Amino acid sequence: MTTTQPLLTARGLTKRYGRVTALDNADFDLYPGEILAVIGDNGAGKSSLIKAISGAVHPDEGEIRLNGEVINFRSPMEARDAGIETVYQNLALSPALSIADNMFLGREIRKPGFLGRWFRMLDRPAMEKRAREKLTELGLMTIQNIGQAVETLSGGQRQGVAVARAAAFGSKVVIMDEPTAALGVKESRRVLELILDVKRRGLPIVLISHNMPHVFEVADRIHIHRLGRRLCVVDPKLISMSDAVALMTGAKKPPEEALAA
Amino acid sequence: MAEAQEFEKVLSGSDTSVAAFEDHGASFVTRIQHFLHSTPAAVPLIVLLLAIVVFGLSIGGRFFSSYTLTLILQQIAVVGILGAAQTLVILTAGIDLSIGVVMVISAVVMGNFAVGYGWPTIIAVPVGLVVGALCGLLNGALVAYVKLPPFIVTLGTWNIIMATNFIYSANETIRDADVAAQAPLLHLFGTSIKVGNAVLTLGVIAMVVLVLILWYVLNHTAWGRHVYAVGDDPEAAKLSGIETKKVLMAVYALAGLIAAFAAWVAIGRNGSISPSWAVTDYNLQAITATVIGGISLFGGRGSILGTLFGAMIVGVVSMGLNMLGADPQWKVLLTGVLIIGAVAIDQWIRKVSV
Repeated sequence: MTTTQPLLTARGLTKRYGRVTALDNADFDLYPGEILAVIGDNGAGKSSLIKAISGAVHPDEGEIRLNGEVINFRSPMEARDAGIETVYQNLALSPALSIADNMFLGREIRKPGFLGRWFRMLDRPAMEKRAREKLTELGLMTIQNIGQAVETLSGGQRQGVAVARAAAFGSKVVIMDEPTAALGVKESRRVLELILDVKRRGLPIVLISHNMPHVFEVADRIHIHRLGRRLCVVDPKLISMSDAVALMTGAKKPPEEALAA
Repeated sequence: MAEAQEFEKVLSGSDTSVAAFEDHGASFVTRIQHFLHSTPAAVPLIVLLLAIVVFGLSIGGRFFSSYTLTLILQQIAVVGILGAAQTLVILTAGIDLSIGVVMVISAVVMGNFAVGYGWPTIIAVPVGLVVGALCGLLNGALVAYVKLPPFIVTLGTWNIIMATNFIYSANETIRDADVAAQAPLLHLFGTSIKVGNAVLTLGVIAMVVLVLILWYVLNHTAWGRHVYAVGDDPEAAKLSGIETKKVLMAVYALAGLIAAFAAWVAIGRNGSISPSWAVTDYNLQAITATVIGGISLFGGRGSILGTLFGAMIVGVVSMGLNMLGADPQWKVLLTGVLIIGAVAIDQWIRKVSV
């Protein structure tokens, strides 16, 4: 791990909302091909950190580098164009639109030639074909009709659509914010398998979760966030869940070697 | 496969289908609910056909004549076009209360430039269109960038534009004869085309063509899908990479432009141009057509074809009651019933998603 260069790094990120400091000089490192879990108490600044990386929030200070190059996202679209896909906790799906329309929201495919150029006509068949391929690849094709509105899907299926969207377009990093929070036992299992599936394709994943068993099961490294900054990074094989929780809540001080990671 | 935790071991023996639907249990009513959910223009279309049949049976052949039916279309052309503009705004979960007075001020500007200042009509019309679009742009900027609620913004601009209209025009009507003599092009959309007994005006044709164009844009272009997404869940739309502010600006500006186009059609229908049109409740008529047409006031749902049907329903009801010799207030009463009924049905259809 020490010999490879991190794919995505952040140094000294700071974000203030009025008097509230959400990010206080936070650092972040993601290595190629790994699953990095980010854990922290409520209000520790996990979401702000993720939003800064995914372009949804512009940090007041600090720099983010992707492949060593400084990046400066002004919108989620720019992060997506750079290959960073995010599955938000609220899924960011538009309930009344169809599955295919949702998967291509903001990057629709237009018909080739005259119809697309002059009438800006969407290429529905192409979008539906690709959406169906992606969902099948991820084993989610129990959805009968790709044209059905997302609001007619169950919670697990909606999660599946959001994950499929990220996996379909993410070329560098996939970020998942609480992907199992709203799901039942079986559907959580399915999403964890999806996460490992995405990893097997070589994409690194940032996983934000409060569910310690899930975190310890799939993560290669655990980034513990506390009071707006990175407290330490630990190896899930060398630490117990209760120690991780103790670090996260401030009940325990991090060991020296973990601080350096 | 991920290594399952202890309590999850039993999952290997469980049903492997992932949250599949059990369709066989769906009742007839549920199926209707699903059909209406996926075909939002169906309800107003059914109500429209019912209204035509009911009035047709009670009035007889006189109502069914192509003359009467096309006369209804002529009467609703202006409101139908304003309803189309209102639909765009309501789809984004907004509302435009200024749309009626935007139309009036655009008409007054067109008339004053063409007749009062003697500019060529070919220039006066675009000037009017620009005024309408600028009014819409002002609404859009206040909603998207200053982040004020659309109801408040357009309530304010409604008053501002109405007052400006009266101050600018000194409340002087431009007479039909003057328009016809100096700027006949302003009467363009009043031109009628007779096919047998049916009388269609260019205004009616413009309304239908406009709605069809907007239907295409809303359903078959990326921008149209973004309009729905912004109204459906603005936060999700933003995170999906849609520039929600630009979409809102464009929607309000387009609504203003369409209102100015409605002004041109209204001049054709009325002949004269009067600033006092501003006291007519065009806004409410446009909102009524939109709501009866099944466009959800919460945004993101409905088909613009429904608005066209909604405007036609109001036209059929008022013509039918008129021919029956009923007190005009019955039309108002029935419109109220239709509005409440339409919203109740909208709420019921929405429950399909639970």
